[in-house]
Amino acid sequence: MIAVPEKPKTVYFFGTCLIDLFYPSAGLAGMELLRREGLRVVFPPNQSCCGQPARNCGFREEARAVARRQIRSFPNPWPIVVPSGSCAGMMREHYAELFAGEPDADEAAAFSERVYELTWFLVHVCKVKLVDRGEPVTVTFHGSCHSQREMGVRDEPKALLRELDQVTFVDLQRPAECCGFGGTFSVRLPEISAAMVADKVADIETSGADEVVSGDCGCLMNIAGAMEKAGVSIRARHIAEFILERCHERA
Amino acid sequence: MNAPDPAATTASPPHASFAARAHVALADDGLRRKFRRAMDGLMTKRAAQFADTEAWASLRARGAAIRRRALARLPELLEQLEANCRKNGITVHWAETSAEADGIIEGILTRHGVRTIIKGKSMVSEEIHLNHFLGEHGIGAIESDLGEFVIQLAKETPSHIIMPCIHKSKEDVASLFEAKIDGQPYTEDVDVLTATARRVLREQFAAADAGLSGVNFAVAETGTLCLVENEGNGRLSTTLPPLHVAVMGIEKVVEQLEDVPPLLSLLTRSATGQTITTYVNFISGPRKTDEQDGPREVHLVLLDNGRSRIHGDLQLRETLACIRCGACMNHCPVYTRVGGHAYDAVYPGPIGKILTPQIEGLGKAGDLAHASSLCGACGEVCPVAIPIPDLLVRLRREASHAIPSSSVMGAGAQHSAVEDWIWRGWRWMYATPLFYRLATRMLRLIGNRLPASLPMLRDWTRVRAKPQFAPRSLHDLARDRGYHDE
Repeated sequence: MIAVPEKPKTVYFFGTCLIDLFYPSAGLAGMELLRREGLRVVFPPNQSCCGQPARNCGFREEARAVARRQIRSFPNPWPIVVPSGSCAGMMREHYAELFAGEPDADEAAAFSERVYELTWFLVHVCKVKLVDRGEPVTVTFHGSCHSQREMGVRDEPKALLRELDQVTFVDLQRPAECCGFGGTFSVRLPEISAAMVADKVADIETSGADEVVSGDCGCLMNIAGAMEKAGVSIRARHIAEFILERCHERA
Repeated sequence: MNAPDPAATTASPPHASFAARAHVALADDGLRRKFRRAMDGLMTKRAAQFADTEAWASLRARGAAIRRRALARLPELLEQLEANCRKNGITVHWAETSAEADGIIEGILTRHGVRTIIKGKSMVSEEIHLNHFLGEHGIGAIESDLGEFVIQLAKETPSHIIMPCIHKSKEDVASLFEAKIDGQPYTEDVDVLTATARRVLREQFAAADAGLSGVNFAVAETGTLCLVENEGNGRLSTTLPPLHVAVMGIEKVVEQLEDVPPLLSLLTRSATGQTITTYVNFISGPRKTDEQDGPREVHLVLLDNGRSRIHGDLQLRETLACIRCGACMNHCPVYTRVGGHAYDAVYPGPIGKILTPQIEGLGKAGDLAHASSLCGACGEVCPVAIPIPDLLVRLRREASHAIPSSSVMGAGAQHSAVEDWIWRGWRWMYATPLFYRLATRMLRLIGNRLPASLPMLRDWTRVRAKPQFAPRSLHDLARDRGYHDE
């Protein structure tokens, strides 16, 4: 269980490499939601990637070198908010093992303790109140494996969605099942990954939702890509973007 | 009856990569549907058993502690087990390798002039390919567990450690029985099929010269072998014939009888969603003078087969905590899609992905460590909290790096210079801010024009649209909007 910190004046934002390249609007929306809660949001320009891809493939030295770059880029003791449960899980749960025996192990541990997933932070720390200004819509949520299992983020995104008056939330039949992305997994075993995402898309279609949101752009890239290829016209986007658009103007 | 054919061997499929075998499995829609339905059912049943999350967490912590405590004292517990089994009249044998175990069992059977044995379910007997070995020595081995009986008739291998013929539908079994059992008409009536198997097996129980079983837990303080089962065949196999041979991996030992109930509860509830199995057998020795039934002789074969080596590595030792419930495979999205045979391993699914490369070496089975999206479902449901995803990552490292101190057989066997260079380049890009900015700017400029026929993009875009690079990066947009702290 992650302890809930006091609401700070300033937070760091870690954008993630996928968001930086493919989904910057998700990152901007996340920062905007935090800013609207009265927080000063700082985006350190030297950040890049949490190091997860290399770590998961067994390339520890490479993962550690990249992780070290992140640790150095967030020097002040502010919370680090991450719009991805997967990257947050890497930074919170795996840096200790990655830096075991290294001279900067303590620094890494102190960094890990400051890492929070965005929806969790909005619910527990900011205690956000959302006012829905959008049209009625039916939405489902895909929770990433690591946000659920490593960060313990299960109910928070749904709690946010349920606060929106005009949003009908429908759950998936298999909300805890992997969408088949798994980073390099989707490249190493593309056929199994394809079978998994096909089932996830079918689950989303069966839910009757107009739109699927998620807190992880890795899963979204996989799911949205599969839906587009299959001609499924269900919109997919990051939950931060969805919430910001309904409650405020676009970022 | 003309079947089962005792000399039937479960031939191993031709060597191919996991990806190639998965390709074949994925093409079989019927197979996918069967696994999906079966695994959904098992997940639901297990979830109902552990609905109280606090009770689950506490029982799991207890089970995990029992297993870790036993593993920490493994050598002395095994000696204690041996001494107490001997005291109870059980003959104990030690086998370092599969071949030794086979030889020991064949020796016992030959000394007793055994021609046919009836078997209860035993994954270790699969591990040492016992049926095949005995067949070569003229001894027939009949599987008496219903699932094992079915796949033996079909000359296949188990596709799940708890439900060996989960890949077969009742139609498959109906056709199989019609083809292989004399006088059996085609019927999909499950009761009739079961009755047929029972009739055939009853004859085998009566005729067998010896019974063979696995062991779920062996209790060191009392020298007791504990076996769970639902069909009664295990009890028949271990009591009806005059000779009983039990075979177990050395990690199955626990300290005391008190350790058994929590482990049993975790085992049956995780495996099939049952509070307890129909039969729980405690075997404490051969028939005593005043007893009516039971074997005249009981032998216990303790198999190492790489387990000592695994035990010697504190992180990998976690693998040996496994109580073989199969919950990890029931919850694995990869296993559910491809089924057990795609792993080409005695132990499929998540536990197989960490166990098989350690037993058989990374050269032969190292690719299994990559057969996971690291979603973590396996570690989450494991009743003794084995950190399977972390061990997968550990084995991936050992497979691709020739680490001299590695305790895993075949470390570095899957090393690839190309992969080394990819990660070296990746590191350079993501650990050097200036280079990251240049590289990402270039990617945004040319990325969307990259042809979908590039190797990695080709596989990705077969079922997905190509991801589109955003015209401006979050780094650029964050600077414009004043999120930089400069």
